[in-house]
Amino acid sequence: MKRYGGFAAVDGISFEVAPGESFGLLGPNGAGKSTTMRMVGAVSTRTAGDLSILGLDPDAYGPEIRSQLGVVPQADNLDTELRVRENLLVYGRYFGLPGRLVAKRADELLAFAQLEDKGKAKVDSLSGGMKRRLTIARALINDPRVLLLDEPTTGLDPQARHILWDRLFRLKEQGTTLLLTTHYMDEAEQLCDRLVVVDKGAIMAEGSPAELIRRYSSREVLEVRFGSDRNSEVAARLEGIGDRMEVLPDRILVYSRDGEAELVKITEAGLHPITSLVRRSSLEDVFLRLTGRTLIE
Amino acid sequence: MSGLASAGRGDPNGPLVTRPTDAAADDTRAAIAAGRRPRRWGAWYVALHRFRVMKSYTGTVVVAGIGNPLVYLYALGVGLATIVDANVDDQAVGGVSYLVFVAPALLASAAITVSSEEFTYPIMLGYKWNPTFTGMSASPLRPTQIVDGIVISVAIRMLVNLVLFFALIVLFGAAPSAIAALMVVAGLLGGLAFGTVLMAYTSTLEEDTGQLAMVMRFVVLPMTLFSGTFFPLSVFPVWLQWIGWVSPLWHSTELARVFSYGYGEPIWLTVVHVAYLVVLAAAGWVWARRIAVRRLGR
Repeated sequence: MKRYGGFAAVDGISFEVAPGESFGLLGPNGAGKSTTMRMVGAVSTRTAGDLSILGLDPDAYGPEIRSQLGVVPQADNLDTELRVRENLLVYGRYFGLPGRLVAKRADELLAFAQLEDKGKAKVDSLSGGMKRRLTIARALINDPRVLLLDEPTTGLDPQARHILWDRLFRLKEQGTTLLLTTHYMDEAEQLCDRLVVVDKGAIMAEGSPAELIRRYSSREVLEVRFGSDRNSEVAARLEGIGDRMEVLPDRILVYSRDGEAELVKITEAGLHPITSLVRRSSLEDVFLRLTGRTLIE
Repeated sequence: MSGLASAGRGDPNGPLVTRPTDAAADDTRAAIAAGRRPRRWGAWYVALHRFRVMKSYTGTVVVAGIGNPLVYLYALGVGLATIVDANVDDQAVGGVSYLVFVAPALLASAAITVSSEEFTYPIMLGYKWNPTFTGMSASPLRPTQIVDGIVISVAIRMLVNLVLFFALIVLFGAAPSAIAALMVVAGLLGGLAFGTVLMAYTSTLEEDTGQLAMVMRFVVLPMTLFSGTFFPLSVFPVWLQWIGWVSPLWHSTELARVFSYGYGEPIWLTVVHVAYLVVLAAAGWVWARRIAVRRLGR
């Protein structure tokens, strides 16, 4: 639980993460994800509640806990007054690691982050994706037991995101525990073994991506558009089609085991959508079901 | 609880360390071992980081460190002094030449200049513009160590500047006393007394909407003029002399004069200078640490 004045940013978020697991906090902006991450990162002190990281209480063992964590914050905070490789060297020393070991790891991590030829570059000359990879490399300099990633790919172009996911997936394969926040469904589906859906500082649901979809959504979703002004009017006439329906301003979502079959029913009823699309259910649908809102607004 | 990380709403007065399984106990032990060095040496790691950053402007530090004293000593101690010494009885400035009188004050001002460079924008940078302090606080470093490390690094940079300054004063033949080298200590004390308070103040700023420029204009500049730098404080009416009394620069200047040429003041006053500067430096330091703990632990 975390309170800022009278506002409870996080109130009632409970979870456990096992070693080697990849765990996600999924929710819209302002849901309390980052605050939770800073508390787990033994940086932000909690107002109330229990928190144990590696069996230790962060109030008393902050430095000890942080020595085992790698932190990728939402906003890059690399030192722009230093060069790329220097950022790794300096950060490694914070952990009390010997200079020679830090230098060796810095070179390995530059290779891992595909920045080998950028070692002497200025930080500001890097692209957004490169800075992000450098931040991840920095977070790995102490060979952490747990890696905390706060919206690792927000603001990156698709190609940069895929490179980053690839790197994170490798870490996961190597057994690094990942704890990440995201408001991207595809990211959560790709990287998380298990996740919680967070909204307004509280947990709405918990499970693996597949479980959550099974529990809160149907196998398929039919998306139909009748034009912005007609959607809600048409929706009234679609009563009884599919298991359930969500009417959004720009489209209607029909949840069903068989999307094509529902589309046939709609056309048989004499309604002709401008566009239609059948797709598999995603975590986006789970979130919509749980909160009545879309994730990215 | 066997989990690696667990969070909940349970009893806030629960046990500090949960009872872990064997593998988890190894992790816990590893964490405790790894925390030892950063707990002890963290402030030095920060200082090393700052030195690396300062390296990028070593040229400026050295050129300013030698150029400034040269310019000031020459302009005031030689140029202005020819007029002062020719027209004013030397009793006006305590029985020494104007160069000898002004040199310790210039040295003390140099320390204030370093303070106002290093404890303003770099602090704003670390908290806000390029939040490296946030990055540091995610590592094993504690907020108090970040503050300590910065103070240590600035103190060392200041020391380098002061030693250079002192060497030039000696070259100008303006440090007659046998213990004149202690001027450097006086300058350091003054610089830190002002600097730590300035650092704490800067740390409270969520945004710089001109406050730092105001500090330069309305605190640093008047302080330099009204701290007995170019003429003795006694020239002022009593109701203006308080500016000198609260000014760390006045205390460090007077202290530097005692060391430089045995400026005659009662011993209790010398003790007051030292005590005032030490107390101010300590208070600013403690204040800056507190703000860091609060601001970085949000």
